[in-house]
Amino acid sequence: MARHRSVTTERKSTKVVLLGITLLFLGLFLVLPLAAVFVEALRKGFAAYLESFQDPDARAAIRLTLTVAAIAVPLNLVFGIAAAWAVAKFEFRGKSLLVTLIDLPFSVSPVVSGLVYVLLFGAQGALGPWLRAHDLQIIFALPGLVLATVFVTFPFVARELIPLMQEQGTSDEEAALTLGASGLRMFLTVTLPNIRWALLYGVLLCNARAMGEFGAVAVVSGHVRGLTTTMPLHVEILYNEYNFVAAFAVASLLAGLALVTLAVKSALEWRYGADIAGRAAH
Amino acid sequence: MVAATLDAPRERPAPRWRFRRPSVLPGFNLAFGYAVVYLCLIVLIPLAGLLIRASSAGFEGLWAAATEPRVAAALRVSFGVSFAAALVDVVFGLLTAWVLTRYRFPGRKVLDAIVDLPFALPTAVAGIALAAIYAPNGWIGALVAPLGLKIAYTPLGIFVALVFVGLPFAVRTVQPLIAEIDRELEEAAATLGASRTRAIWTVLLPPLLPAVLTGFALAFARAVGEYGSVIFVAGNIPYVSEIAPLLIIIKLEEFDYTGATVIATVMLAISFLTLLAINALQAYSRRRFGHG
Repeated sequence: MARHRSVTTERKSTKVVLLGITLLFLGLFLVLPLAAVFVEALRKGFAAYLESFQDPDARAAIRLTLTVAAIAVPLNLVFGIAAAWAVAKFEFRGKSLLVTLIDLPFSVSPVVSGLVYVLLFGAQGALGPWLRAHDLQIIFALPGLVLATVFVTFPFVARELIPLMQEQGTSDEEAALTLGASGLRMFLTVTLPNIRWALLYGVLLCNARAMGEFGAVAVVSGHVRGLTTTMPLHVEILYNEYNFVAAFAVASLLAGLALVTLAVKSALEWRYGADIAGRAAH
Repeated sequence: MVAATLDAPRERPAPRWRFRRPSVLPGFNLAFGYAVVYLCLIVLIPLAGLLIRASSAGFEGLWAAATEPRVAAALRVSFGVSFAAALVDVVFGLLTAWVLTRYRFPGRKVLDAIVDLPFALPTAVAGIALAAIYAPNGWIGALVAPLGLKIAYTPLGIFVALVFVGLPFAVRTVQPLIAEIDRELEEAAATLGASRTRAIWTVLLPPLLPAVLTGFALAFARAVGEYGSVIFVAGNIPYVSEIAPLLIIIKLEEFDYTGATVIATVMLAISFLTLLAINALQAYSRRRFGHG
C-alpha cells in the first residue's frame, strides 16, 4: 500500500476520516433540514398535504409571490444589463465606486432593506402624509413588497454579467460595428448571444431569492392574510398558528423551487462553465 | 491671429480631465444613466433616508438608544453568535472545499451542488426545518435532550441557523483557490523532505489565508443580518436569544421608528466595516499572492 504512495495527497486513512467528517457535517447541516421539510409536510399523509393547497389564502400567497417575482426580476434584469454594459465595455472615472455600490444591498440586512422603505413611505415616513393625501398605498401593499424584493435581489444579474463581459472585451462588438451593424443589432446578435448563459444564471438566482425573500418583505407586508402575504410569510403565519402540516406543505413548494434552482444552476455550471465566468460566492 | 488659434492646442497639452475614455461602442450614456438613476432610486436614496433619520436623533440620542439594555443585549447576541458561527463555517468550509476539490468519490458533484442550498432555500423554510429538527421533540433535539442539552429556543439554536446560512460563503471563497494550487509546490515540498502535514501547514494553507478570512467576513456579515432562519429556532427571549434584526421589527411594530433606525444604523456601520475589511484583504491578497 505505502509503496507507491503519492506525495501530493494524504494517506488513505486520513482521506477517509476527512471525507467522513465532511459528509457528516454536510448531512447534519444541509441535507437533514431539507429532508425535514418534506417529512413534516407529509406527516399526516398525502391527502392532508394536498389539502393544504385548497386553502384560498395559500393560493393567494402563491399568486402574490409569482406576481412580485414577475415584476422584480425583469426590473433587475434590465438594470443588470445596463450596468454591466456601462461598467464592462467602457472606461470611466468612479467605476469601482459604482461596482461597490451595486453590491451594497448584499451587505445590508434584509430587515434593514425593508425598514428603509417604511421610513420613506410608511404612515410616519417622509412621504407618508403626501401619499395618504393622494390615496396611494405603498407599504402594506404590493408596491412595497416589490420594492423590498427589488432591493434584496438588486445585484444578482449585474454581478454575474460584469466579470464575464469584462473578460470578453469589446472586439466582437467593434467588429460588428465595423461591418455596419446598428447599435441595437450589434447588441442583439453579438452581445446577447455571448452572455446568454450568464444572464440565465443570474436570472435564476435572482428569481430564487425574489420568491423566497422573507426578512425584507416581512417588514413591509403588514401580514394581511390572503392580501399581502407572500409564500414565505404565509409559512410563518401557518407555523405560528401551529398548523405545521400546512406550513411545511407551502414550505415544501419553496424547497422544491430551491432544488430546481440548484439543479439548473449546476447543470449550467457543468455545461457552460466557461461561459459563466466569474461565478464566485453570492 | 490665425497662428494663435493654431498654436492654442499645443499650449494646452493632453492631460485634461475626462470622465470617460472615448469608445466607438454606443449606448454608454443610456446604460450608465439608467443604471445610476435606478441605483439611486432603489438603493441610495432610501439608505440615505435612513441615515438622515438616524442623524436627526443626534449623536447622544444614538448612543442612548444603542446602549439601552435590551438593544445592547440584542446587538451582543447578534454579533457574538455570528462570530462563533462564522468561525465554525470557516473551519468546515475549508475542509469541505478541500474534500470536494481534491478527493474523488461517488456523489461528489451532487454534494458540491448541495453546498449552495443555503443560498437557494428560502430562509423561512430553513428556519422552520431547523426548528423541527432541533426542538426538544425533534430528530436531534430528542437525541440530545437526555444529555440535558437544549438547542432550539436557546442561543445554540441561533448558532445552528447561522452556521447554516454562512456555510456556502466559506466554501466558495476558498474552493477556486484550492483548485488552482500548483502541484509542483507540493512536490517540491515533498522532495525537500517535508512530511505531508508539514507541507499542508507551511506550503498549502498560507496562500489560502486571505480567502479564508474573506469567507469569514462574508459569512459573518450575512449572519449578523440574518432574520428568517433564526427567529423560528431562537425562542426570541429578550436579553437571551433576541437578535438585533428582530428587535428592529419589534420597534417598528411599536411605531418606535427612531429606535428601529438606531439599531439599523449600528448594523449598517458594522456591515460597511466588514465590507471595507474584505476589500482591503482582497487588495492585499492580489499584491501578495497574485490572485483575489
